[in-house]
Amino acid sequence: MKNLLSAADLTADQAIEILDIAEGMSSVNDREIKKLPTLRGKTVVNLFFEDSTRTRISFELAEKRLSADVINFSAKGSSVSKGESLKDTAQTLEAMGADAVVIRHGASGAANVLAHSGWINGAIINAGDGTHEHPTQALLDAFTMRKRIHGEASTGKSLNGVKVAIVGDILHSRVARSNLLLLRTLGADVHFVAPPTLLPAYTHKLDATFHYSLDDVIDSDKPDVIMMLRIQQERMSASYFPTQREYSKFWGMNIDRMNRMKSGAIIMHPGPMNRGLEIDAASADSPRSTVLEQVANGVSVRMAVLYSLLSADKE
Amino acid sequence: MAIVLKNVSILGGASQDILISGEQIEAIGSNLTGNEVIDCNGLIALPGFVDLHTHLREPGFEQSETVLTGSQSAALGGFTAVHAMANTMPVADTAGVVEQVATLGKEAGYVDVFPIGAVTVGLEGKHLAELGAMAKSRAAVRVFSDDGKCVHDPVIMRHALEYVKAFDGVIAQHAQDPRMTEGAQMHEGAISAELGLAGWPAVAEESIIARDVLLAQHVDSRIHICHLSTSGSVEIIRWAKAKGIKVTAEVTPHHLLLTDDLARSYNAVYKVNPPLRTQADVLALREALIDGTIDIIATDHAPHPIESKDCEWNAAAFGMLGLETAASIAQEVLIESGKSNWKRLAEVLSIKPAAIAGDPNQGQEIVVGSMANLTLIDPKVMRRVVAESASKSVNNPYVGLELPGKVVHTIYRGYLTVRDSALAKEGRK
Repeated sequence: MKNLLSAADLTADQAIEILDIAEGMSSVNDREIKKLPTLRGKTVVNLFFEDSTRTRISFELAEKRLSADVINFSAKGSSVSKGESLKDTAQTLEAMGADAVVIRHGASGAANVLAHSGWINGAIINAGDGTHEHPTQALLDAFTMRKRIHGEASTGKSLNGVKVAIVGDILHSRVARSNLLLLRTLGADVHFVAPPTLLPAYTHKLDATFHYSLDDVIDSDKPDVIMMLRIQQERMSASYFPTQREYSKFWGMNIDRMNRMKSGAIIMHPGPMNRGLEIDAASADSPRSTVLEQVANGVSVRMAVLYSLLSADKE
Repeated sequence: MAIVLKNVSILGGASQDILISGEQIEAIGSNLTGNEVIDCNGLIALPGFVDLHTHLREPGFEQSETVLTGSQSAALGGFTAVHAMANTMPVADTAGVVEQVATLGKEAGYVDVFPIGAVTVGLEGKHLAELGAMAKSRAAVRVFSDDGKCVHDPVIMRHALEYVKAFDGVIAQHAQDPRMTEGAQMHEGAISAELGLAGWPAVAEESIIARDVLLAQHVDSRIHICHLSTSGSVEIIRWAKAKGIKVTAEVTPHHLLLTDDLARSYNAVYKVNPPLRTQADVLALREALIDGTIDIIATDHAPHPIESKDCEWNAAAFGMLGLETAASIAQEVLIESGKSNWKRLAEVLSIKPAAIAGDPNQGQEIVVGSMANLTLIDPKVMRRVVAESASKSVNNPYVGLELPGKVVHTIYRGYLTVRDSALAKEGRK
């Protein structure tokens, strides 16, 4: 595997292998000296066309813990309006000898274009492209679920039979898309819960079950995992739903809904949270919430991905 | 100077000779003689093709195409006339600009270049352009379109439909509800959901077509619908024609051949407006072209410079080349399918588009006395499409595909603009 562009790039075996490597990496993160020499001499560029401090520092930390040379290239704003194209940027990085490029871009498919353009030879890792995919988020979510369900015995396990409800703006969510692909690969059942305006067209082609009512899903389907998605500000002004209050009332996680979840079931959120909108403080800060574990696991999983793409090719 | 086309099959009929003298067809028969004899054994003769929807890009976007290079590309594709869309810079919304384009066309001399005038000033959809002045200009404009943009305001559209009746003009509508397609990137469907590209729903086209055929009925005007792309649009046109509404419709070669799954590559060469649709839409469009619901094929030839396509999908321009591959795709759909014939191909690529636009001396039957605008096709050849063409641009989605048939000779007013599939060094003087 040269690039990680989509969660669909991974077979079940490959995904489990990355999660297992991440187990090892997480033990590095518990050490006093949190550093491995694995990527010494390798140059990794974090190419961010969109602001995303969380994802960028998570990758940066992962790269530094593997001893890579890290360059942060922030090209905020559309490449065209800036006058420098994706192509020119990529060729510049190639000329500087980047071994891997972690790209975050507002355009769906930007990572694919970079990987297949011939502009650059390094490994390409998709750190979120438009409303398309965010595969390392899906991996860290899967890792978090596996850890909560299997604990110390996680290594080698899939997510067979785990029931995951993903709630919110499915239509525009790269997190939902990547999670659907990876969770299905790992054997989990996926339920999408959203107002009809925030579900994609032609839902029957997607390998998930669709619901309008979060209450029904909690009471009837009894999911093991409920993942709340962030509602972007721009959706609120575009009549996808009437008001924040109404959204919260029907599709928000709150203490009442949390208390009706089955025992041991967890609440996830990719962050950053809109407290009081898609999730209330009581559930966000409850023992069911994995929000901070997801952040910590993100570093381990990204170390595993970098390791898999950049050191495996020497074998 | 008399040219004899020896042993040619007119519209797939029995082998005959065609004698061209000057600009006209002087005789059709056997054993005809002339100063020059061109062996046309195995070739099909068709009336010269007429494209009702071409972007020649001049003035303003000469890095993509010029009237000359677009005319040359058209000739290689078997065309003897093109209609140049108005979305140039400046926009073709005044007599001055359309006359300039017409003059450049005459100077090039490869095809008749008929400028299309903008419906509204600057294509902005707010005020009617000087339609009458363009009609009365030396360019004698008859077709008006804001193509690239929809004439969305129903009152403006109504007035445009009414006003052009004064000089037998026709409005060619680019049917796209602008609000429903803000930021749209590709057909809204299963694949847009998978790719995370903003959807361009079929209803955004169909709702405008439905409104406009009703408007045309209400004011008893002609209307032409550009680039139909959905099966629903076909149903509306079928209904409107059954009602006796004076509507005509075009389909592009790419909407007859390509589908939205090509977007999976994120290769922006497949980005076009309206977008590539589903296989079910392709089949409905093919059926409608065969049964006459759709009147014509028009290329929507839309050249763009490399940098407008060699980038991320969202940043790329809409549009693809089409002049040099249109005849092959028409042959694939009408002839190779076994469902239609060369007569129909002549109708959809020449006779009907010329009739819709009222082009003088174009789209005539191949009979004695007609203008010698002819296209000769070798239907037996399979060719692999290459990127090199007469166009200045290379945004050709068919590169690498095998397509049937090739244009061997194109004759424009008795002059061979293309001979043995090679372009004449100079246009007709």
